[in-house]
Amino acid sequence: MMTMTIHSKNRTPIRLYSKPMKTYTAHITVSLRKAILDVQGKTVEHALHSLHMPALGNVRIGKHVELDVQAPDEERALELVTDACKKLLANPVMEDFHVRLEESQTNGVGA
Amino acid sequence: MKIGVVSFPGSNCDADARFASALDGSTVHALWHKDTEVPSGLDLIILPGGFSYGDYLRTGAIARFSPMMSEVVKHAKRGGLVLGICNGFQILTEAGLLPGALIRNASLSFVCKTVHLKVENDSTAFTSATSKGAILAIPIAHGDGRYTAPDDVLHQLEQENQIVYRYCDANGGIVESANPNGSLRNIAGIINEGGNVMGLMPHPERASDVLLGSVDGLTVFASMAAHVGAHATAAVA
Repeated sequence: MMTMTIHSKNRTPIRLYSKPMKTYTAHITVSLRKAILDVQGKTVEHALHSLHMPALGNVRIGKHVELDVQAPDEERALELVTDACKKLLANPVMEDFHVRLEESQTNGVGA
Repeated sequence: MKIGVVSFPGSNCDADARFASALDGSTVHALWHKDTEVPSGLDLIILPGGFSYGDYLRTGAIARFSPMMSEVVKHAKRGGLVLGICNGFQILTEAGLLPGALIRNASLSFVCKTVHLKVENDSTAFTSATSKGAILAIPIAHGDGRYTAPDDVLHQLEQENQIVYRYCDANGGIVESANPNGSLRNIAGIINEGGNVMGLMPHPERASDVLLGSVDGLTVFASMAAHVGAHATAAVA
């Protein structure tokens, strides 16, 4: 793999790849950090118990975000999505996030 | 005082904030979220209540990236006063100008009522016109007002006297039954380390006229005016 990195002052290094771009679908789960009381989760848990499902517990309610990423490889795709999660999609003060990547079958760019 | 009140798409307390700001004769400028500059010499910028960007993703999460917020951050870094009310408080935490975060009320319900607040720190630019221990009656109206922060941050807030208001009962008791949203340590309003940025969930602008049922919110505006006046006098002297 040919990789070139351009460093310019005060900027995140820009990498140029010779590899063709692929399309990935990111499945992102954002949930309240474990230390924070998840009131929605608790309420749903009580509802489940009153529906006679006592075997179910520790309910956590979160958000699901799906988005497409153009990247030369999975590593770079993960990097881009993680950056988006830290900057916007999740608030690290109160939320954790988990990313699952899937390479799109119908490759849109350069396929 | 020269005051700017920011309007974001979805702000709905901006007009009220401008009304309350102008009561003491201050010059009030309406600031638009897309603007990339503010009138020179602003003493105070208010981020008003509302539902900026429909509260999409998280409250305040998108508003914090609007062009005007860069100006608000610059103003704060220069030591200018910034007051975030309700959604404005949420935006300030998202922008990192105040620590912690505001999450869904413990009741999962939107709560709109007048609450009692205890003044915990009367030596700030926002509370000097009142006194420590004073009990104010000011309305709240929010669905996401439960203040939360890691233990070390809470500890620092306590140590550095950065908790400005707590929810209390009519006698000033800091009790769980007087906590309308499940905020940690009954926190209703906090100030930054520099003492120039305050955020609170209650709406002082909705307690600014006898007709509204309370004038306790005016203490916030009077304190800020006194602070700015004192600084102007010091500059001349």
